[in-house]
Amino acid sequence: MSTSSQALSDEDVAKVALLARLALSEAEIARMTGELSKIVGFVSMLGEVDTSSVAPLAHPLDTQNIFRDDLPTPSLTTAEALQAAPRHDGECFLVPAVLGESGAA
Amino acid sequence: MTAAPVYTTIIGLEVHVQLQTRTKLFCGCSTRFGAPPNTQVCPTCLGLPGSLPVMNRHAFELALRAALALDCRIAPFTKWDRKNYFYPDLPKGYQISQYDLPFSSDGQLEVVDPKGAFSRRVGIIRVHLEEDAGKSMHDEAAGTADTRIDLNRAGTPLCEIVTQPDLRSPQEARAWLNELKLLLVYLGVSDCNMQEGSLRVDANVNLHIPQPDGRVAKTPIVEIKNMNSFRSVERALAYEAVRQWEEWQATKVEMGKMPKQTRGWDDPAGITRPQRQKEESSDYRYFPEPDLVPVTVSDAQVAAIRAAMGDPPTVLRKGLEARWKISAYDADVLVNQGRDLVAYFEELATLVGEGKVASNWMQQDVLRTLNERGGTIGEFPVRPTAVADIIGRIAKGDFDTSRGREIFAEVLTSGRAVEEVVASLGIAAVSDDDLVALCRELLAANPKIVADVKGGKEQAAAGLIGQARKKNPNVNPGKFRQMCIDLIKGM
Amino acid sequence: MQLLELSAIDMVAALRQGDITAVQCATAFLDRIEATNGSINAFLAVDRAGALERAADIDARRRAGKPVGALAGLPVALKDVLCTADMPTTCASRMLAGFRPPYDADVVARLRAADAVFVGKTNMDEFAMGGSNENSAFGPVRNPWDLARAPGGSSGGSAACVAADMAPVAIGSDTGGSIRQPAGLCGITGLKPTYGRVSRRGLIAFASSLDQIGPMARGAADCALIMETIAGHDPGDATSLDVAVPRYTDLLDKPLAGVRIGRVPEHYAEGLDPEVAKGVEEAFAVLKAAGATIHEVRLPHAKYGIPTYYLIAPCEASSNLARYDGAHYGHRSSVGHRGSGKAGSAFESPLVEMYCRSRAEGFGPEVKRRVMLGTYALSAGYYDAYYAKALRVRRLIRQDYLDAFQSVDLIGGPVSATPAFKLGEKTDDPLAMYLVDLYTVGTNLAGVGGISFPCGFTKSGLPIGFQLQAPALGEPLLLQAADRFQRLTDWHRRRPRPTEARS
Repeated sequence: MSTSSQALSDEDVAKVALLARLALSEAEIARMTGELSKIVGFVSMLGEVDTSSVAPLAHPLDTQNIFRDDLPTPSLTTAEALQAAPRHDGECFLVPAVLGESGAA
Repeated sequence: MTAAPVYTTIIGLEVHVQLQTRTKLFCGCSTRFGAPPNTQVCPTCLGLPGSLPVMNRHAFELALRAALALDCRIAPFTKWDRKNYFYPDLPKGYQISQYDLPFSSDGQLEVVDPKGAFSRRVGIIRVHLEEDAGKSMHDEAAGTADTRIDLNRAGTPLCEIVTQPDLRSPQEARAWLNELKLLLVYLGVSDCNMQEGSLRVDANVNLHIPQPDGRVAKTPIVEIKNMNSFRSVERALAYEAVRQWEEWQATKVEMGKMPKQTRGWDDPAGITRPQRQKEESSDYRYFPEPDLVPVTVSDAQVAAIRAAMGDPPTVLRKGLEARWKISAYDADVLVNQGRDLVAYFEELATLVGEGKVASNWMQQDVLRTLNERGGTIGEFPVRPTAVADIIGRIAKGDFDTSRGREIFAEVLTSGRAVEEVVASLGIAAVSDDDLVALCRELLAANPKIVADVKGGKEQAAAGLIGQARKKNPNVNPGKFRQMCIDLIKGM
Repeated sequence: MQLLELSAIDMVAALRQGDITAVQCATAFLDRIEATNGSINAFLAVDRAGALERAADIDARRRAGKPVGALAGLPVALKDVLCTADMPTTCASRMLAGFRPPYDADVVARLRAADAVFVGKTNMDEFAMGGSNENSAFGPVRNPWDLARAPGGSSGGSAACVAADMAPVAIGSDTGGSIRQPAGLCGITGLKPTYGRVSRRGLIAFASSLDQIGPMARGAADCALIMETIAGHDPGDATSLDVAVPRYTDLLDKPLAGVRIGRVPEHYAEGLDPEVAKGVEEAFAVLKAAGATIHEVRLPHAKYGIPTYYLIAPCEASSNLARYDGAHYGHRSSVGHRGSGKAGSAFESPLVEMYCRSRAEGFGPEVKRRVMLGTYALSAGYYDAYYAKALRVRRLIRQDYLDAFQSVDLIGGPVSATPAFKLGEKTDDPLAMYLVDLYTVGTNLAGVGGISFPCGFTKSGLPIGFQLQAPALGEPLLLQAADRFQRLTDWHRRRPRPTEARS
């Protein structure tokens, strides 16, 4: 991992911004590049730690096998579901037209 | 001598089946098909702020059942992961799925053509459990710039089944899908109804083309989407194989020289079309789902599910063939109709004491009329005891098979018992004395036939059957014919 | 004694005995809020009408002899990160301005059932990301001890509200210290329970494997009272522990004799303000005098806590905040919504444009930074070096705690390296701001519980906080020890002078 102040390039940041669906101006990208590079440089100190025989810990708990029964519970009404929708037609959420294919490859 | 194939079509399938639970994978909303938009939603499946998922136990059990039926290894420890991407039918901005530790892997399902045209063992790479997305609807006719989103389907439990690229023809692919559907329907895992979206298929296909120098050239793999029936799958694969062959001949582009292409099947036009390449390649940034805890599966649990599962179609077929000495074809026809019809058949065959006759009656009479009437075999008014009764009387000689069919039809429409119908049709066994008398009467009236038979043409006696039945419809044609021949011999 | 200065326990008793009515109580605090919120900005929403209606109903039921809940009439402030069906829930973000969830968080439902009276929603760092409450889209919160200083964050509003007597108790949330650090900087008591002790259902998620909801009040006894209501198993939260909830208030009055408290040398590196260090030593002395024994204990990976936290939390947050895209709720940009990929447009489709603009307009700079950091660290090629690496170090940090708790019952130390800093002092340097969580992130990474309470004041009159951490489900001991400390000292009873800027 790089420890220089520019761990990321403007291009890297622009790509990440698209992945994260954030519109950033050029000035914001430049600023973000500096800030993220610094933070990434800082967190890279974890490279000092020998974790070769350590498994990742995704949950602080050691619980397993938590389920619910296949029993129906009340749903929201359509009005409740659409209540906070920026645009809807009384039945469905409305978003700008999507052409053709589904989101996932 | 068969020529070496010009190319081999290599097909792998990715199948999504909706599990037959009452409620969604992570919440208690109904999974019923066809409800008005956004009436089966709650904070969890809407992805509202602060909402949390909790795993549906029955969904996991059905998934285990499917995986065991597909001969998969069950992982003793499994977990869920977030697959992150933005799309309006995915309200959380991520799908809860399984990435590196799916609950099952390394299985297989064989498809055998009952007519013997092919037999293919298809490996299964993995089966995992994930949630479905909602539905986006584009009403291009209305000319609006909007897409409508219905989240009723969001959160429905899905099993994703990924095969090895072991299939070698569109026909095999279609047959395999039918076998998969039959299996999953038999096990009560899913109703596999493509029209309702409870089964979806994407296919990966390319060609292996032997070269003059002994090398095998491989065309780039194409993923085909938007096939809405098993027939479409077959047609799409057939089209695509030819298209790739023609493209190969024109361009000689091999696999690895370009990224995997996705094409959509256009059923009315009968072609595949390239789908728009996304600007960014999909980086799903998988990481373990922190809101769900992992699941462990014990050997005892697996054994219990296996024990409660019931036999899959392959085992049922082989069992019927062995127990009742019927053909593979016959066993296939019966098993395809479902567990209840197989049970009906076995009850009938047990009563009759024999399988072939019972199987014939099933196919020619029971199934035919069942399909005409509609309804299930459980609702079918003629029960195995009645059919067995008819078959028994035929065997005794009370009447012949064609008479028996009439009786069956009458029992079906009238609802009356076999005994009653037999009596009302005036069917009674013809006594030997009456038969002899009838024979003598007709022989006397037909000297030419007597002469023919005496001359060696025994089959001429059959010409009298029609007259005999006119006089007495209960005459058993076979018995009558033999009687005539015997009498003539004695003359 | 002044109504506003009653402890929650005394207030509930007074209400029960009829010495005061719920309406009187609510009115007193609502008036106080009205008088002081302008200069402190602790509240984003105040529900005067709703609170008074609720209070009146409770009084009526009591008069009629009908049963009332365990907290009947107690005014409670809720951090605006908790879903309330009858009040807006904004997370101090433009993204959720005016958003009304159709349901109550589990904690909110429990408090409602106990007949608490919600006075309003408190200000916070946007989406719980921050250590100073300067990241709010609706203005910073000012520390009641010195209005030119930050109260800490992200539960700055909840901490300030209790410190300024705007409510006897407040509910906060803690992901890397967001209850304990502001409690320390505001001179009040705040408890982050063991992960899973309190349901997260209805808590707007920041980092799912780290977030916990907890009480903030003047004293540990009040925290114990609230914990009895809010803790407990929730089948709607798969990470919620199915363990009985102790009667925390009954367990308070226990001597500290025999309790072993660890002191961690790694905590006393440079950067720790000398007055804070002194306050912490004096706290150890009080605990020792009360019968506890102090032992040195190591947390060898403590210095890796911040980088570990600042990978895990942003990664989970980048995913948790993906739902805020303008499609189904929240802010949607009015720019580009009807666009059709006109020539020269930087976006591949109107939909992508809507996402990008809505999120850019809705999120503040710190949220954007963390979303970007998390997205980057999870992206292809970086997962193993960053996120997966952090998860492995997390296991080592947890093991440090497990090892330490073999020889001690509690770990004590500072909660913050400095007392309250000036507003604007750290806002130019994100990394400097991240370091304020130095003493608190380990607790969340290990999933154990921690409590902070005042142990002294600086010469300039700013509170100094002390933190105790316990093994998982060690809340009874945390509350006992803090309560015992508070019987022997009166730091927690001190109040800021009427609102003024001090320096």
